[in-house]
Amino acid sequence: MSKRKNAKGRFLTILFSVISVLYVLPIVIIFINSLKKNAYISKAPFSFVDEKNFAGFENYETGIERTQFFESLFWSVFITVGAVALIILCTSMCAWYIARSNSRLCRILYILFVFSMIVPFQMVMFTLSKTADTLGLNTPWGIILVYLGFGAGLAVFMFSGFIKSVPVQIEEAAMIDGCSPLGTFFRIVLPILRPTCISVAILETMWIFNDYLLPYLVLDIRKYKTIPIAIQYLRGGYGSIDMGAMMAMLVLSVIPIIIFYLCLQKYIIKGVAAGAVKG
Amino acid sequence: MIKTVRKYFPIFLLPTFLAFLIGFVIPFALGLYLSFCKFTTVTDASFTGINNYKQIFSDATFIHSLWYTALFTVAAVVSINVIAFSIALLLTKGIRGTNVFRTVFFMPNLIGGIVLGYIWQLIFNGILLFFDKTLTFSETYGFFGLLILLNWQQIGYMMIIYIAGIQNIPPQVVEAAKIDGASKFQILRRVTIPMVMPSITISIFLTLTNSFKLFDQNLALTAGEPSGRSQLLALNIFETFYGRAGYEGVGQAKAVVFFVIVAVIALLQLYLTRKREVQA
Repeated sequence: MSKRKNAKGRFLTILFSVISVLYVLPIVIIFINSLKKNAYISKAPFSFVDEKNFAGFENYETGIERTQFFESLFWSVFITVGAVALIILCTSMCAWYIARSNSRLCRILYILFVFSMIVPFQMVMFTLSKTADTLGLNTPWGIILVYLGFGAGLAVFMFSGFIKSVPVQIEEAAMIDGCSPLGTFFRIVLPILRPTCISVAILETMWIFNDYLLPYLVLDIRKYKTIPIAIQYLRGGYGSIDMGAMMAMLVLSVIPIIIFYLCLQKYIIKGVAAGAVKG
Repeated sequence: MIKTVRKYFPIFLLPTFLAFLIGFVIPFALGLYLSFCKFTTVTDASFTGINNYKQIFSDATFIHSLWYTALFTVAAVVSINVIAFSIALLLTKGIRGTNVFRTVFFMPNLIGGIVLGYIWQLIFNGILLFFDKTLTFSETYGFFGLLILLNWQQIGYMMIIYIAGIQNIPPQVVEAAKIDGASKFQILRRVTIPMVMPSITISIFLTLTNSFKLFDQNLALTAGEPSGRSQLLALNIFETFYGRAGYEGVGQAKAVVFFVIVAVIALLQLYLTRKREVQA
């Protein structure tokens, strides 16, 4: 019996190893192609690099120059970090206030937040970009506020779900001992909310860092580009695509994500699982 | 306590509330209103009643992309959830290398839709090169291309949710079923699946809304080619807004219809699967 189980387990391990290799293969192929000369990429994408088609880092140089890649990377990181930090701080406070003050207005607001989660972006894309323009929010600083507004629904929903399971008595005790609501929130509530903070941070980061349409419509893209915009611009701006530059930029935009993922994968997978179970 | 907390309203509630007004409430209300208007910017809107909505249904591209999206959503929801659930079942048996496999399968989720689209465009075009075709040869190629892409991206995420669900099943329940003489298939059908119903609810909800609202991947992979035949709804709406002058009102009306469809499907699905959730 146990021998058969072992054989089965070994078979599954081998099977999944093969699938795993197939899984990362597309990225490997892109990397190989990023080192080839332009003309060879579309003609023979699955061939290896050899002396004839090897282009060195030429593709990377032209790609970085054309898309101003590092500038885009900076704005992507700036917007993501800023927006996620602001979302966590503001929506956790907001969710706690809604849960504890328990007024009718707050309940209506909560329903609105949940409602906003199922509204597709296309519904508001035109009016949102015009509103943001009118208010001068078309800068990386401004778009952070837009993300707080449009991303608040999910965050408030997740925080509220968790706060409901936190006993009020701890907070009451702190307040009786003379702690102000702000002190209570930052010293008592926020530390308890830490796991939810991680879940929210991961989900919002995955969304904002990779978002294309919102920054494309809201930002003044002559001045500020994020990575997805820069990549799309590489195709849109010129008649025929410079495949070499495209491959190089794809590699460069995947690398930071993979490094980030490998460093934090334990938290990311846990955070996603926890976030989903709550929701 | 409630009274003292309420005094702090400007600090706790106001920032999020104001941003929510700007980022969601105002654009939503304005969008709803503008769907009944003819306009090119917000300020020059003139009320035209349900004229925009009438135009939608005589727009063949919209009807086509509606069916295309519906078919795509069904295919994506079924394939992603069946594969993710099967992988989750196998990866909870404690085989060697489970953690590595989990890490690998989840990874494509962190890559953005635009980047994914261009990665797969090269792969598919490379494969189709052997048959002297390209991805934009027909809408069917775009359909299956997008389906494979979305499976590759989202299986990992749903797998994580299913694994969490399966690990939450108390082992006593499975043990009891075994002692009662249930076969493996019976355990799966009568114990495992009912017990992970909350995970199924959330996974179907996520795949359903994600594939119905899919935009970035569609734009990068085929951009709707050939001539708009592989456009999903979201891209069709975008095209109507920014690709045809004078059709902003129609675009906004399409967006309202789109929103209503997404909302109805999502709520209906939540209601139907929530009903089947059980307690141990």
